Amino acid sequence: MTDLIQPIFQTAAWVVIYAFVPSFIVMNAVLIAGAFLTYVERKVIGHIQQRPGPNRVGPLGLLQPLADGIKLLTKEDIIPAQADRFVFVIAPFLSLVPVIMAYAVIPWGEPTTLMGVLPWLRVFDGWGYIPAAWNPFPLVPEKATLVISNLNIGVLYILGMSGLSAYGIILAGWGSNSKYALLGGLRSAAQVISYEIAMGLAIVGTLMLAGSLSLVDIVRAQESSFWYVLAQPLGFLIFFISGIAETNRAPFDLPEAESEIVAGFHTEYSGMRFAFFFMAEYGAMVIISAMASILYLGGWLPLQLPIPSALPAIGSTLAVTDGAVRAVNGALMAVPPIVWMLSKIGFFLFVYIWLRATFPRLRYDQLMHLGWKVMLPLGLANIFVTGLVILVKG
Amino acid sequence: MNLDQAFFLYFAAMIVVFSIVTITRKNPVYAVMALLVVFFHVAGLYVLLNAEFIAALQVVVYAGAILVLYLFVLMLLSVPREALGAAAHRRWPVYALVGGATTFEIALLLARSKFAPRPGPYPPDVVREMGSTQAIGTVLFTEFLYPFEVISLVLLVAMIGAIVLTKKWTPAQGGEEGR
Amino acid sequence: MTIPLSWVLALSAVVFGIGVIGLLTRRNILILLMSLELILNAANINLVAFSNHLHSMRGNVIVVFTIAVAAAEAAVGLAILLALFRNRRTVNLDEVREMKG
Repeated sequence: MTDLIQPIFQTAAWVVIYAFVPSFIVMNAVLIAGAFLTYVERKVIGHIQQRPGPNRVGPLGLLQPLADGIKLLTKEDIIPAQADRFVFVIAPFLSLVPVIMAYAVIPWGEPTTLMGVLPWLRVFDGWGYIPAAWNPFPLVPEKATLVISNLNIGVLYILGMSGLSAYGIILAGWGSNSKYALLGGLRSAAQVISYEIAMGLAIVGTLMLAGSLSLVDIVRAQESSFWYVLAQPLGFLIFFISGIAETNRAPFDLPEAESEIVAGFHTEYSGMRFAFFFMAEYGAMVIISAMASILYLGGWLPLQLPIPSALPAIGSTLAVTDGAVRAVNGALMAVPPIVWMLSKIGFFLFVYIWLRATFPRLRYDQLMHLGWKVMLPLGLANIFVTGLVILVKG
Repeated sequence: MNLDQAFFLYFAAMIVVFSIVTITRKNPVYAVMALLVVFFHVAGLYVLLNAEFIAALQVVVYAGAILVLYLFVLMLLSVPREALGAAAHRRWPVYALVGGATTFEIALLLARSKFAPRPGPYPPDVVREMGSTQAIGTVLFTEFLYPFEVISLVLLVAMIGAIVLTKKWTPAQGGEEGR
Repeated sequence: MTIPLSWVLALSAVVFGIGVIGLLTRRNILILLMSLELILNAANINLVAFSNHLHSMRGNVIVVFTIAVAAAEAAVGLAILLALFRNRRTVNLDEVREMKG
């Protein structure tokens, strides 16, 4: 009997330690961060438009997301009489689940002992309550990279998941049985498919430099050379613009253009189901920001300034000494990797909000023109040039 | 029975059940959703068979592009929900029997065949070591380079064909009326 | 930790059969195309299984081609369907019988 239960127990422990605990932490962190992102967005846009933004609930309005959440939870849940009930109910989940699944391959930091917790767990014997052969804690690694799963096809996995976000939106539009919702859904599907191609092409340049599809390996490759934004400035621009279009954010928020088609695909949704679409949108924003950080800004790597004497052309004309630059680099090094990662993500999220407050919405034909006739050829040219450079440099 | 086999049985059961759901739904939207489930589980199966790259391709291309295209056309057609019409051919039992017999014959043939393992250069542990992406890439761009170029031509022709077929020709563009 | 080849082949045969039955019994062109996708998937499962079994990458490479062909097939098939629906306002195969003698 023990022979049968013991491996099952250890497998279950393995699943809990490696999959469940990290997923649980990341998922909750993302959902809470998404809620606060709505607050940050309103606050930033408020200040850009010279008004204070939300400031009534709690200090500086910090409890606003909580109040919004309670409001959404207690709102009446309306399902239109003419709607297709099953599709209508399942669409918000279809829109949120792929976004959360995408977080499984995002690396947040380099291998760490989690401040000594992991080595301690390894020698933890369960205070004698667990038989030695059953003890799951030796399964804990000494050092763990802060990633749920380091897939060697990580980039493709994320592309796949972001492609699936079209389902939730298009099915929400169809299931609502309303012409505005359907039009919003159709627009979104066309937009997501169009821009996913440009996004994929932009990423290819980075993949050619890194020689890997694993996000952890891509960061490692930048550790030994330089941040890829220097080598792929065009790819970076295409990626980020396509990313904004892919997440249906302003100025590409046609699927939910209020002045044209009411609220687009979620016109008929209310309460918690509506909140699901909202969380999916903000979750996708964080994913695109994290991808941009990892692919182009070195992920969790600290910013390092070039040493003046290593720059042959301009090094001698600079007024700073090597020692001063080394000291700054050392200070930048001392910042924990996860702080670097999070601040890079935060920077991109700020750009997202900034763009929303600055640019007017594109017309639908302009959107398609940009996607197919500008982004796509530029992406192909980027791959061609990158390939040429790699070929010439050997 | 080990863990891999348990996973296989789960994937197989889901694939079969949702394949049947796909071909029995009257409303194509439900069929698309069932087919999505099938594609996902087929991708899972590929991961079990050491082909993560194919699994990713399955999700990106099949689920992320082809099936979205189906859904898109479905919405564009705007077939009234009442006018979806008769689900099956009136002689469907006959055809189901034909299909069943075909399956039975294939199963019979397979059961009588012997597939001796003939070890090639890519055993599973080597593939796992180098990653299936690199293994596929190596073979694709050496041995299968010409087929690879040909397939790009096929895609180009399909693209042009689809545009020509769906474009609304006006007399000014040299097409006949209402084509 | 291996899966017997025969299991995978059996699964693929069943999926193929379901696809064939769908293709023969259903009259809605969209569902017919989806049945076709099922059949292609059954073939792909076989190719991947044999690739794994024979320790060769050729099967996997051919799956890449199959997926490309499936994409082309879906694009052209759906384009024909759109053109047909524009002219005849139907997606039912039995109502398209002009060529019948």
